[in-house]
Amino acid sequence: MRWLRQTLAVTLLNLRTVPGRLGSSAVAIVGIAGVVVVFVSVLSIAAGFTAAMQQSGSPDRALVMRTGADSEMTSGLGGPDVDLIKQAPGIAREGQMPLASGELYVIIDLPKKSTPESGSNVPMRGIEPLGMRVRDEVSLIEGRMLQFGTNEVVVGRGAHAQFVNLDVGTEVRSGQNTWRVVGIFEAEGGVAESEIWADARTLQSVYARGNSYQSALVRLESTQAFDAFKDWVTTNPQLNVMVRRENEYYAAQSRALSTLIRGLGFAIAFLMGIGAVFGAILTMYTAVATRAREIATLRALGFNTGSVLVSVLGESIALAAIGGAIGGIAAYLGFNGYQTSTMNFQTFSQVAFAFRVTPALLIMGIVYALMMGLVGGLLPAIRAARLPIPSALREL
Amino acid sequence: MKFLPLVWKNIWRKKTRTIFTLMILFIAFFLYGVLMAIRMAFTFGVDIAGIDRLVLINKISLIMPLPISYLPRLQATPGVEIATHNSWFGGYYQDPSNFFAQIVVEPEPFMTIYQEYELPPEQMQAWRNDRQGAVVGRGLAERFEWSIGDRVPLIATIWQPKGGGQTWEFNIVGIYDGGEGVDTTQFFFRYDYLDENRAGGQGAIGWFVVKVADPSQSQAMAAGFDEMFANSSAETKTTTEKGFVEGFAKQMGDIGAIVIAILTAVLFMFGLNVANTMAQSVRERTNELAVLKTVGFSGPTILLLVMAESLFVTLLGGGLGLLVSWMFVQAGDPTGGMLPIWALPARHVVLGVALLVLLALAAGWMPAWGAMRLRITDALRRA
Repeated sequence: MRWLRQTLAVTLLNLRTVPGRLGSSAVAIVGIAGVVVVFVSVLSIAAGFTAAMQQSGSPDRALVMRTGADSEMTSGLGGPDVDLIKQAPGIAREGQMPLASGELYVIIDLPKKSTPESGSNVPMRGIEPLGMRVRDEVSLIEGRMLQFGTNEVVVGRGAHAQFVNLDVGTEVRSGQNTWRVVGIFEAEGGVAESEIWADARTLQSVYARGNSYQSALVRLESTQAFDAFKDWVTTNPQLNVMVRRENEYYAAQSRALSTLIRGLGFAIAFLMGIGAVFGAILTMYTAVATRAREIATLRALGFNTGSVLVSVLGESIALAAIGGAIGGIAAYLGFNGYQTSTMNFQTFSQVAFAFRVTPALLIMGIVYALMMGLVGGLLPAIRAARLPIPSALREL
Repeated sequence: MKFLPLVWKNIWRKKTRTIFTLMILFIAFFLYGVLMAIRMAFTFGVDIAGIDRLVLINKISLIMPLPISYLPRLQATPGVEIATHNSWFGGYYQDPSNFFAQIVVEPEPFMTIYQEYELPPEQMQAWRNDRQGAVVGRGLAERFEWSIGDRVPLIATIWQPKGGGQTWEFNIVGIYDGGEGVDTTQFFFRYDYLDENRAGGQGAIGWFVVKVADPSQSQAMAAGFDEMFANSSAETKTTTEKGFVEGFAKQMGDIGAIVIAILTAVLFMFGLNVANTMAQSVRERTNELAVLKTVGFSGPTILLLVMAESLFVTLLGGGLGLLVSWMFVQAGDPTGGMLPIWALPARHVVLGVALLVLLALAAGWMPAWGAMRLRITDALRRA
């Protein structure tokens, strides 16, 4: 108990002297805050991208592609194949109609708002009339649904925000063809919001695809119906296809890029963290040096070395905590919800997403800051505890 | 010059402090080098892409094919030195996660246009003689431990072979090298092999590359090509190769801006550390400086002494960091071949040194100025 009281007293005394050393303390705080900002904001990119991709799929939908295709972009299915797939067991039905949609997935070259002078690969999906019913999370937020058999399109919320000239009522020229935007939809933040949807039949003729599709998306009766559906489709000798749950398909697509971003984020934050620890060490050595006489006096009065050690560590951790909090708040205010888009390398097409500074990331940032404070304070704390009393007292 | 020993002594009067300052600078400039290499990797070598080369893609989008029948018309256009076509194969080796670029080419015109790919003449000859021959970059060959003579199967995702299945077989007949910033992770193989053996899509190619005789005419010629194919079933969009690569890199998002932002944060926070240390060490020596002035050192000399100290510490720590980052980048791509380009060009090193000098001046200026203006009587009285 007595030891605790001593420690508390010395630490509080110590913290009260910090304002007298504001300059060098501020340097340590800025250093640690800088690391936390970079750490949290880089990881928030990965978090946002992963979230967009993972909110996209549903486990009760199945995506059928040609065997060997690594994405919808490279897949191809003939019209008769799609008709056959629609007869498989396990598909949810509305009356007699199976909830399935033969789809095309292509790219249309449109400029981004941030780089209006050069084109970017905007994903365009051709859907069948039941495509909207297959995806029950999709709803229109402006305008109306496209009319099948025409050149009308509906645009995802993310695509509308990222790319030039996709307001309701505008016309988009692409090659010899003109698309008319009639509505804007949202899909609970999923990757579909980056897409432009058209009638699959119209798209077939514009992209010279004859009667062929690239994938078929079906709504299952339940998540358990997946195996029955898969077995029927993959063992049918007339079909050369593979089946994946939609959520697994999108999760796999996001893996490479988010792993890369996360790896870079950790590596950069680690290196910066070492620098910040050195900065904290410098600051704390200075603090110990300026307070050498005070510390020696305390020890001469009978305060034990442990409490001196803890008090220095306490100061260092307190500075780190302030730095971490400032960094976390700055990252949150600066980057949370920041809208951007990047290229998904599996399909060479754009994905719109928002940076996400999640509570978990903030906690990681603060914990990292505290660790930097602890490591940075250790050596100076040991020096303070070992300070030879007589010479320290004699010092000017 | 004769004051160098004095500067040296001053630097080491507090060893711990100097060592930690050096280490901070080391980390800061190591990060600088690595971040610049990352930035370069994500801009796909835009710096070496040619402006005398034009790229024609389908106007609707990159994935739409163009007919090979356009080639003679391009070649016949005045001002065109040489024209060829390329296609994207999009296959993979063994596992779908083994991503690398496979480009379908016509060997002769391709290697003439892309002089930066260095291929020994006998390997070029072997390629001419072998329809299934493939030429791969040094980086790619090392990644999969391929050597000349190996037979390599690739799994197709887009182009199914006529004979069924998914597999295309190739013979590695050559390995190309390239100077700094050249992508050596690509796989080139012959168009005639693809076209004769694919199940469908005969005569469809991905994009045309045209080398123009006079680069100043690039823009006008690009417009001319697009006009030539206007109102056809496959309209074109022509850009310089540089513009094309830039546009592609921009689609990743502004990696360049993100890297610059991180670098600014790094240099600011670590620069602050260095400045603070300099200020402190001068403050502690106020007495000494006053004594120096008393024995006849002029103000400007004192200023120079302090500046020299700052410059020396910064250049030593930061310079070492820069050197080690350069060696780290030279040692090769840390992701094992995922990045197409991994290099730290000389001009980025030069920029790094310039930043070092700037940092030294910024950190040393305030304390040096203060030391110069120091009034002997005030300073000595303080003690």
